[in-house]
Amino acid sequence: MQRTFLDLWVGIFVAAGIAALLVLALKVGNASTTFNVGETYRVLAEFDNIGGLKVRAPVKSAGVVVGRVDEIHFENQRFVARVAMKVDKRYQFPKDTSVSILTSGLLGEQYIALEAGGDSAMLKDGEMLKITQSAVVLEKLIGQFLYNKAAEGGTK
Amino acid sequence: MPERIVHNLRGIGHQVVNGVWRLGYASRFFLLTLLRSATSFRRFRLTTKEIYFAGVLSLIIIIVSGLFVGMVLGLQGYETLQKYGSSEAVGTLVALSLTRELGPVVAALLFASRAGSAMTAEIGLMKATEQISAMEMMAVDPIARVIGPRFWGGVISMPLLAAMFSAVGVFGGYLITVVLIGVDEGAFWSQMQSAVDFRQDIVNGVIKSVVFGVAVTAIALFEGYDAPPTAEGVSGATTRTVVTSSLAILGLDFVLTAFMFTGV
Repeated sequence: MQRTFLDLWVGIFVAAGIAALLVLALKVGNASTTFNVGETYRVLAEFDNIGGLKVRAPVKSAGVVVGRVDEIHFENQRFVARVAMKVDKRYQFPKDTSVSILTSGLLGEQYIALEAGGDSAMLKDGEMLKITQSAVVLEKLIGQFLYNKAAEGGTK
Repeated sequence: MPERIVHNLRGIGHQVVNGVWRLGYASRFFLLTLLRSATSFRRFRLTTKEIYFAGVLSLIIIIVSGLFVGMVLGLQGYETLQKYGSSEAVGTLVALSLTRELGPVVAALLFASRAGSAMTAEIGLMKATEQISAMEMMAVDPIARVIGPRFWGGVISMPLLAAMFSAVGVFGGYLITVVLIGVDEGAFWSQMQSAVDFRQDIVNGVIKSVVFGVAVTAIALFEGYDAPPTAEGVSGATTRTVVTSSLAILGLDFVLTAFMFTGV
């Protein structure tokens, strides 16, 4: 075996290809901020209605992404949606943290917002959050608005 | 009159049987290539040489086309998005369309016409000049010695070329929209990064390009190996390589997209 110029060119080619993949992963994509790499803990919450929430949607607190939605399934005993989320180990939240499903912007995607409470005990892995607020369904909101308008008209 | 109909029917039947026959032969050929690919890795020098011919020599066309595709996407995307006052989203548009679709597909189409046709012509000519028969005579397995290294060389080169195409394309979009038109640089990159998902978009794009690499090289090698040993036969086989592999790329792309980007 002896080295040739051909090997050099192939080496350059392979290195450039791997570099391109790295650029795509780190600069174009969000591999650097994906939470799959860091240590996480699991928190559960139950909602009457999750609206358009999807798996891998962000979990934010004060607008900062602290985790991702891990799993969503229907709880058939009590007819609610159970959402499991993975939160970064670096961020600890009190036991009475409230969870709500919000929408980013007017037509944006839905995410979970965590609002810290005042409890001194911190959440543990696999714990269920008690205070939840469901997603706002636009049709219900409009219905409520119309109902209120009609009620106002009746009192006049 | 009935004779004419019978004749035509017989022609159609012949075409169908011949097609199925070729398909079976192609499948056996593909399987044999996979089974006897140990040589390609034991004597990796052979594969390196093919990576040089299929990959390194395709670099220029891939990089130049990637740059121009990215620049056109940037221009067109900016024109349209600007009407809705969201010209910063042009980064997302360029990056998503390149990593998901255009990178793998256009790179594979270019690869099929640049490297695939060369492979077919080379092997077809080897067959026409009876080099393949000579190898068999000397108890050298032509599938292990000639086909295997070319197959693996193509399969290894394809994803690397597609990744370079996408990366250069994103750079082209950046050049046009940020440097030339003046879209905010921070918004360009941050919106792109929040929209492009590593597993969903980039890994799926790489999977696509690997599948296209297998399809293009397998078709090119089979067409060459199956070509009638005449000048006309080799030229026909080269044409068929480009046509069949382009159709295969687009068809497979639809199937893969349907699997990858539906639902969640």
